[in-house]
Amino acid sequence: MQLDDLYRQVIMDHYQRPRNLGDLEGGTVTVDLRNPSCGDEIRLQLLVEDGIVKDVRFRGAGCSISMSSASMMTEAIKGKPVAEALRLSHTFRAMVRGEDVDRDDLGDLEALQGVSKFPARVKCATLAWQALERAVGHDEADGGTN
Amino acid sequence: MNAEEIRKDFPILQQEINGHPLVYLDSAATSQKPRPVIETLRRYYEWDNANVHRGVHTLGSRATEAYELAREKVARFIHAPSPEQVVFTRGTTESLNMVAYGYARLKLKEGDEIVLTPSEHHSNLIPWQQVARFTGAKLKYIPLQPDGTIRLEDVRATIGPNTRLVAIAQVSNVLGTIHPIREIAAIAHAHGAVLVVDGAQSVPHMPVDVQDLDCDFLAFSGHKMCGPTGIGVLYGKRKLLEEMEPTYFGGEMIDVVELYQATWKEPPWKFEGGTPIIAGAIGLGAAVDYLTAIGMDEIRAHDRQLAAYALEKLSAIPDIEVYGPGQGTDRGGLVTFNLKGVHPHDVSTVLDAEGIAIRAGHHCAQPLMRWLNVAATARASFYLYNTEADIDRLASALQTAKEFFQHAIG
Repeated sequence: MQLDDLYRQVIMDHYQRPRNLGDLEGGTVTVDLRNPSCGDEIRLQLLVEDGIVKDVRFRGAGCSISMSSASMMTEAIKGKPVAEALRLSHTFRAMVRGEDVDRDDLGDLEALQGVSKFPARVKCATLAWQALERAVGHDEADGGTN
Repeated sequence: MNAEEIRKDFPILQQEINGHPLVYLDSAATSQKPRPVIETLRRYYEWDNANVHRGVHTLGSRATEAYELAREKVARFIHAPSPEQVVFTRGTTESLNMVAYGYARLKLKEGDEIVLTPSEHHSNLIPWQQVARFTGAKLKYIPLQPDGTIRLEDVRATIGPNTRLVAIAQVSNVLGTIHPIREIAAIAHAHGAVLVVDGAQSVPHMPVDVQDLDCDFLAFSGHKMCGPTGIGVLYGKRKLLEEMEPTYFGGEMIDVVELYQATWKEPPWKFEGGTPIIAGAIGLGAAVDYLTAIGMDEIRAHDRQLAAYALEKLSAIPDIEVYGPGQGTDRGGLVTFNLKGVHPHDVSTVLDAEGIAIRAGHHCAQPLMRWLNVAATARASFYLYNTEADIDRLASALQTAKEFFQHAIG
């Protein structure tokens, strides 16, 4: 078990300097989510127009993994069609579960690949993505699309 | 008491985690199990297993005898006046819920008050919120001092003529604070209130005498005191157990059953509907034997020494903030802390990489986390098998964690 596999530089950078931190005004979807077993929490706000994620912000409290994952996610989905953001979410979840995925789509997010070797931390990495899926009405945990 | 020798009784401690000898500092969550307890469970299943209190065959008699003998052992362990005052439950949470549902919900009414502290574990908080919701009773809180202790003058000011029930942990699972139960009992009783004590963190770690404390109910778990998971205890004063209603109904707990009504057995059996946790109770009996042979005074002294040592070592590391009573104030065998700028999950992952198991999170005490103004904390908790060398490993790994994150953050 190598700590450097988990705590890559880019992760610590996003943890220290989170991107898209803050609030959005008007016309947005807001999702508040927490991981009750550890207390991590996130508020994700999306502005979706014509099926495109026009803007996104988050606020939260949690460990370096959950907060850097949220920060990287906001960068990755901004300006993308919702369907593409969802595809990315599925790819990301598969990656941190240790499955083989096409990493080309992931960009910086690939840095979180090491989470797959730390099963106790998978929930940290996926909190923001769960919020995203809930925000666009495709929550796997709720039994799929609605 | 020799912790090095005691360690040899715990097979689980003889392993390496991530290439390092395991240092287990999470006994406040659950303790490890000594060989005699594991052996007792194995022997029971291989030799005596049968249902209890029914049937007349030999195995049935053996299982029943062993189950009731465990009740006697537990009664002696907490100095209960009789074994009939020891109800076997699934754990502290179930014990407290039984008091809430079988006693408080039936006895309390609008205008009555339930007195708690803000540092209670969720299991000694939410059942009372539910009682308040269904009866109209109000919750009141004894304020905490900055170190998490409470003052008797505040206890006197909070408990009043409308107080019907006071519920408090003897030892806080986060701060390690030890509350003055005997004095609180006297104040509660002066107002006619019953005192419910959450003994989850005290019974495993110090001598507890329910008659000396004069508590009305005491709840604790077997798995935190070297026993199996799934077994716990509710002790109650005889009169209260007689007044209290069962919360589960069915086989085992009945006296006479007719088509439209039924009557119950006497306590404690009226609370043990269905096939009870037979192996768990017998395993808990073995755990009680094991702890008694070592001596609860010895275990308490050992915990106290380790907590003081840990407090000293951790306080010496810059950027570590320790919560709860400071050096020189008595506390239970645990230390809760944070490393500045690093989330406790991240701290815990670094420690785990060095084979050290601690707890990180809100410790089932969200109101207390809010009171401390933190999202989460890390907690190292000790038991009879821990040594000062374990704490040295913890301190050194925390130093590593600090350097690792300071370097990573840049």
